[in-house]
Amino acid sequence: MQDFATTLWNAVGLILLGDADLIEIIALSLRVTLSAVVIACLIGLPLGALVGAFRFPGRGVVTVLLNALMGLPPVVVGLVVYLMLSAAGPLGPLRLLYTPTAMIIAQTILVTPIVAALTRQVIEDLHSEYAEQFASLGVGPLDRVAALLWDARYSLLTVALAGFGRAVAEVGAVIIVGGNINHVTRVMTTTIALETSKGNLELALALGVVLLAIAVIVNAAVMALRASAVRSAYA
Amino acid sequence: MPDACLKTIDGGYVTPASAPAPLLMQARGVSFRPQGKPLVDDIDLDIREGRRLIVMGSNGAGKSLLMRLLHGLIAPTSGEVVWRGKPLDRTAMREQAMVFQRPVMLRRSVIANLQFALAVRGIGGAERRRRVEEALEQARLGDLAKRPARVLSGGEQQRLALARALACTPRLLFLDEPTASLDPASTLAIENLIATAHARGITIVMITHDKGQARRLGDDIAFLHAGRLVETGPAARVLETPSSGAARAWLEGRLYLDDLSSPHTSPTP
Repeated sequence: MQDFATTLWNAVGLILLGDADLIEIIALSLRVTLSAVVIACLIGLPLGALVGAFRFPGRGVVTVLLNALMGLPPVVVGLVVYLMLSAAGPLGPLRLLYTPTAMIIAQTILVTPIVAALTRQVIEDLHSEYAEQFASLGVGPLDRVAALLWDARYSLLTVALAGFGRAVAEVGAVIIVGGNINHVTRVMTTTIALETSKGNLELALALGVVLLAIAVIVNAAVMALRASAVRSAYA
Repeated sequence: MPDACLKTIDGGYVTPASAPAPLLMQARGVSFRPQGKPLVDDIDLDIREGRRLIVMGSNGAGKSLLMRLLHGLIAPTSGEVVWRGKPLDRTAMREQAMVFQRPVMLRRSVIANLQFALAVRGIGGAERRRRVEEALEQARLGDLAKRPARVLSGGEQQRLALARALACTPRLLFLDEPTASLDPASTLAIENLIATAHARGITIVMITHDKGQARRLGDDIAFLHAGRLVETGPAARVLETPSSGAARAWLEGRLYLDDLSSPHTSPTP
């Protein structure tokens, strides 16, 4: 076993040289994760806003359910999506198993409850501040949801970020439904798992460094955006 | 506007002293008793067109609750609120506006706050631009139009809240202690805006703790004590010679607690 410093050095070399395999893997990772986060936001933001801004029977149950689903075990989601998409499954004819689409589906299922549950909390807090003013102005239900989502925009960025963090670091679900096929469904996390077990530590560590860097950069960008929003009292 | 009122040159209305102004809204036996606790207790109140009604009373007397009941933000547990002869509904609410003690500012610019209020009432295009301009000018917020509303000072925020309410051209404006935490200059700016609104014929219902303000702005006073309306009458009369024990004590700066053995003071019409 080589020492850590040498491995890290070689890993940085791979990144700096722009290794083609490495780039391909990073690109697929981002494609899958960002697609899943965008779809999860399209579903989760309005859903969370509806639950946060309205009183209706069963609202408590929905809230508990959303919060519980935040902790969905990825391998279980992977398994269920696998069963749905496998040749014998109800969605088998779509032939999506072992494609990036299958990975996007699995990650969307993981991320949507996170986005919805956190959005519900953010919107509920904001709504408690706005409720009387909105009632006084006669703001209709659609306008209310739209206005709350817009006014909470900077807090909701953090919500999307939480979803992104979950998706980009996730390995259990994507390895089951994607199959970790070289040049097809191999993403950063699955590659790290595979290359580590193969003893190819340079590539594994290089991907680890990239994964960390992506997490840091995305977080820093959102933090900076939020800080400027706080200065103008928009957040 | 009915015949009883005369139009003045500046577009406002004056009411001849002889005939009472027409009724705009009424509380009929309005009570709010969550879990049987009478927070607002059997209130009958007439609000007349173009008048400025000041609601006074000590903390916890139910002033803010009564205002919310009249504005339709809360439904009474019994009794009814009548708006121009009909039960208060959503359409009627749109003819009213309310300014809260702590202004609620959307996390947007000053101008966007005004645009939002007009947009939810379906006012757009040139008409909205005209009203936004007018509101900015009236509230003297033109220079701050692009600023985020929540970085404004307390006085500026309250001016914006008032301008936003008035931009919707309500018939009646509710004000819940709009100047409670403001400095004298800001208070004057708010009082001037209220005076302008009244001159345009808008009926005013305002809660205040400030006797001077009640004298400056009030035509009539309704005095609440422990959820009940204990006295109503012309502002000058109620402030000078209050007939109820509660109002007298409050104006003299004494603490007044209900004496359960004494018959409760009936409201003066």
